[in-house]
Amino acid sequence: MIQFLLLVMGLSFSRVEEVNLDQLQSRIHTTSDTTYVVNFWATWCRPCIEELPAFEALSRKYSSEPVVVILVSLDQPQDRLTKVEPFIRRRGYTRSSVVLLNQPKPHLWIDQVDSAWSGSIPATLFIRGNRRLFGEFQFGGAQLDSTFQSFREGRQ
Amino acid sequence: MSLGRIWPSVAQFFLAVLVVGQVAIASDGGVSLGSVAPDFKLRNVDGKMVELADFEDQKGAIIVFTCNHCPYSIKYEDRIIALNTQFAPKGYPVIAINPNDPVKVPEDSFENMKVRAREKKFTFPYLVDESQEVAKAYGATRTPHVFVVSNTKEGWRVHYIGAIDDNASNADAVESFFVRDAVNSVLDGNVPTTSFTKAIGCTIKWKNK
Repeated sequence: MIQFLLLVMGLSFSRVEEVNLDQLQSRIHTTSDTTYVVNFWATWCRPCIEELPAFEALSRKYSSEPVVVILVSLDQPQDRLTKVEPFIRRRGYTRSSVVLLNQPKPHLWIDQVDSAWSGSIPATLFIRGNRRLFGEFQFGGAQLDSTFQSFREGRQ
Repeated sequence: MSLGRIWPSVAQFFLAVLVVGQVAIASDGGVSLGSVAPDFKLRNVDGKMVELADFEDQKGAIIVFTCNHCPYSIKYEDRIIALNTQFAPKGYPVIAINPNDPVKVPEDSFENMKVRAREKKFTFPYLVDESQEVAKAYGATRTPHVFVVSNTKEGWRVHYIGAIDDNASNADAVESFFVRDAVNSVLDGNVPTTSFTKAIGCTIKWKNK
């Protein structure tokens, strides 16, 4: 019974929501002046994990501004509560929004994210209204912030 | 035309330049469908050098850029072995190439490649692309990344570039067998229905310049 309650509590406090591509797109395709920074990663991807602190730092730095950082995990759906969730808690990422993208057949949707995406991760999409910048970047902390700033100011 | 109307189009132009620029980078130096793929000479896990030219008596080859550490490569190991079992007798053997920098990922070192090839009883060459020049010449970006080529008078012609199938996590739930269907099409003298696919995968770990 206690285990059941803990499970229910764990689920209700889950930091990592499962979304499909439509749900993700509807979150980031808005007419608002919010700048979205969407990073595609996975717990198994070493270069991704190395750059995640830079994204959390970005969301903290701009916490009082219309900036939303979304960390999109491409882990397997069955790993959401057993791997992704504990990883996010352990790392203490509380500012960034974290979702797990559950969308089968990547060959059908990779181009919908961006036609320049080969499918390898890490990859990051900056989006604000109808402006967008996509790249298979790998960011150090300062690089991410400078790319973000120049994108937001319309310099790239 | 007022400045207010010119400005968005200027911005769009720069954005277009940026996007096109990235596409150009992504395909820079890579082979394309229908083009002739370059030969290579790389060391196999048995210590011998292997060239594409060594397969002159074959109808073609299934060239797979893969590695030891990448979870997607690991998920596909048995399917890569199965492709060789199915198609080597039909003249399309698998040639696996690891392009990763072992300084960045020690698990992908030549010594560890030997271990993996022995453990998994690889029935095909598992070559190390130490200079990473072959991966660059082919335009491989992730692991696993497959290039199906046929042996023609003009050289090794590219018929398929992309993923092995449409379900990395579950081999039993695959609906589209891209590589299998592409090789069968070429064997039948047809153009593959699907000749280019993208997939989620590990970025090739390039050496620091």
